[in-house]
Amino acid sequence: MSVNATKIHEIINSESFKRLVKKRIAVSSILTVIMLVIYFGFILSIAFYRELLSYKIGTYVTLGLPIGIGLILFAWLLTGYYTRWANRDYDKEVRELRNKVLHQ
Amino acid sequence: MENFQSTLGQVNIASIIIFFVFVAITLAITYWAAKRTKTTSEFYAADRSISGFQNGLALAGDYMSAASFLGIAGMVALKGYDGLIYSIGFLVGWPIVMFLIAEPLRNLGKFTFADVVAFRLKQRPVRIGSSVGSLMTIIFYLIAQMVGAGSLITTLFGFPYEAAVILVGCVMIAYVLFGGMLATTWVQIIKAVLLLGGATLLVIMTLSRFGMNPITLFEQAAIKYSDKVLSPGGFVTNPWDALSLGIALMLGTAGLPHILMRFFTVPDAKQARKSVFIATGFIGYFYILTFFIGFGAMVLVSQEVVSSFDKGGNMAALLLAESVGGQFFLGFIAAVAFATILAVVSGLTLSGASTLSHDLYVNVIKRGKSDESGEVRVAKVSTLLLGILAIVLGLTFKGQNVAFMVGLAFAIAASANFPALVMSILWRGFTTKGAVASIVTGAGLAVGLIILSPTVWVDIFKNSSAIFPLKNPALFSMPAAFLIGYIVSLMSKEPEASDKFEEEKLRTYLGIGAE
Repeated sequence: MSVNATKIHEIINSESFKRLVKKRIAVSSILTVIMLVIYFGFILSIAFYRELLSYKIGTYVTLGLPIGIGLILFAWLLTGYYTRWANRDYDKEVRELRNKVLHQ
Repeated sequence: MENFQSTLGQVNIASIIIFFVFVAITLAITYWAAKRTKTTSEFYAADRSISGFQNGLALAGDYMSAASFLGIAGMVALKGYDGLIYSIGFLVGWPIVMFLIAEPLRNLGKFTFADVVAFRLKQRPVRIGSSVGSLMTIIFYLIAQMVGAGSLITTLFGFPYEAAVILVGCVMIAYVLFGGMLATTWVQIIKAVLLLGGATLLVIMTLSRFGMNPITLFEQAAIKYSDKVLSPGGFVTNPWDALSLGIALMLGTAGLPHILMRFFTVPDAKQARKSVFIATGFIGYFYILTFFIGFGAMVLVSQEVVSSFDKGGNMAALLLAESVGGQFFLGFIAAVAFATILAVVSGLTLSGASTLSHDLYVNVIKRGKSDESGEVRVAKVSTLLLGILAIVLGLTFKGQNVAFMVGLAFAIAASANFPALVMSILWRGFTTKGAVASIVTGAGLAVGLIILSPTVWVDIFKNSSAIFPLKNPALFSMPAAFLIGYIVSLMSKEPEASDKFEEEKLRTYLGIGAE
C-alpha cells in the first residue's frame, strides 16, 4: 500500500478530513461526558442525597433498584448508540477518504 | 427459611472431574494452537484472526474474574444494594474504552499499548516508562489472583494452599508458553460461556423458588433482614472515597494492559469497536446476575451461614448453588470459579510477557531491530519467568490480605497508563519527557499514597491513623499524572513529535498504515 507524500498532504488539509476528525472527537467527548455525569451523579446522589435511592416505590422495593439496574443497561446502550453511529456515518466517510488517498 | 447444612470443605468429586475436563479440553486447544503460534503476530495477537464477537467474549472473560464473581455475590449477600454500587463501578469504564481508546488503539498500535504511547515519541524512554506502569499493574493484579486461587481451593477442598498455587501456575504457563494469544483467547471464551451459562442457570433456579418474580426475591430479603438491604448502606459514606474509587475503576479499566492487548487480535478498528459493544453487554449482564445471586444467597442460605464460611462472603454463590442444585451444581460452579482464575492469570501473564519481550527486549535493548524467531523465543522465556514469579509471589503472600492489591492495580492503571495513552492519541504537544513524567507521577503517587492510606498504613502496618485519608489514591494520582504530563510537555517542546501529529491522524482516524 503506497501513498505518495502530496496525496497525504492534500488529504490532511482537506475540509472533509478535518470535518471528520472534528465530528469524531465531538461524538467521543460528548458521550464520555454523558457517561461521567451519569455515573458520578449516581455516586454523589448516594453520598449527599441518600433518600433519593432509598425512596420506596412499592411495599419494599426502592427507587434505587430500577435506577441501579437501569444504569447498567444505559452504559451498554450508550456503547450501542456509538457503534450504530460509527457503523452508519463514520465508516462511510472513512471509506470515501481512504479511497481518495489510496486509489488515485 | 431452611437450616442449611453444607458440604463445603469436603471433597467434591463432581467439581474435580469437571475441573479436570476443563483443563484437558483447554490443554488440547493449546496443543492445536501451538502449531499456529510461531510468529510474533501469532504469539501476541493470534495473527489478527479473532472476530469482533469472539474478542468481545474473550474481553468479558478476561475481565470477569473469580474475585468479582464470588466477591461481588458475597458483598450483595451480606450488604445488599451496596454490592450493586460496587459492580456498577466496574462496568462504566467500558463505554470510556469504546469512546476514547478502542479504535485509535487498534489503528496506531501493533501488539501492546506502549506501541501507541511511544508512536511519535522517542522509543526507549517511553517504552521503559510504559513497561513499568504495565508490569506494576500486572504484578499486583497477579498476586491478588494467585492468593485468591490458593485460598479458594483450600477453603473448598482442604487441598494444600501451596499445591493449589503451583497447579494454577503450571497450567497457566502451559497455556501461554505453547499456545500464546490464540490459546488464551479460546480459554477466555470457553470460561466466559461456562461462567455466564452457569450463573444464568443459578439465577433461573433461584428465581424459580420465588415464582420467577425478582420482586418477590427482593421483598423476602427485606422482610428477613430489614429494608436496609435494598438501599445504599455504608459503602458510600465519604464522597471523596467514593469518587476516588469510582475514578480508579472507571479509568483504570481503560488502562489495564491485558485488556488493551486484546484489541490487537482483531483485523481492524471496526471489529475492535464491535468487541467492546459485545463485551460491555456480557459484563453488564454478568453484574445483574451477581446481584440476583447475592440476594438469592441472602434469602435461601442466610447471611449467618454465608459469613460463617468466609467473613467476606466469598462462598455465597457456591452455597446458593448447593442450596438450589445440590452437590453437583456446587461442584460445577466451583469448577467454573477455578477455570475463571486460570483464564485471568493466563491473560495477565501473556500481557506481562509481551511487555518484557516486545517493549523492553525488542524496542529498548535491541533498539527496534530483532528477528521474528528471536523475539518469539524471548517472549516464551519471559512467559516462563513471569509464571514462576507469579507462583513465588502467590506462595509468599499466603494468608495476607491482598484484596487491596486489585484496587491498587486499577489505581496504577488509571494513573500511570491511562493519562499517557489518552494524551498521546489526542494532543499534538505531548512530548517524550512529558510522557515519562506522567507515568512516573501516576505510578509513584498511586503506590506511595496507598501505602500511606488506611488500607495499608493502618490495616497492615497497624498504625493508629492514616497519613493519607482516602482508601484509593486515584482521586489525586490520576489528575496529577495528567497535569504533570501537560506541564512537562510544555516545558520540553519536541518539534519532531508535534510535526508527525497531522500525518498520524491518517492512521488514527482512517486506519491507513495500521498493522
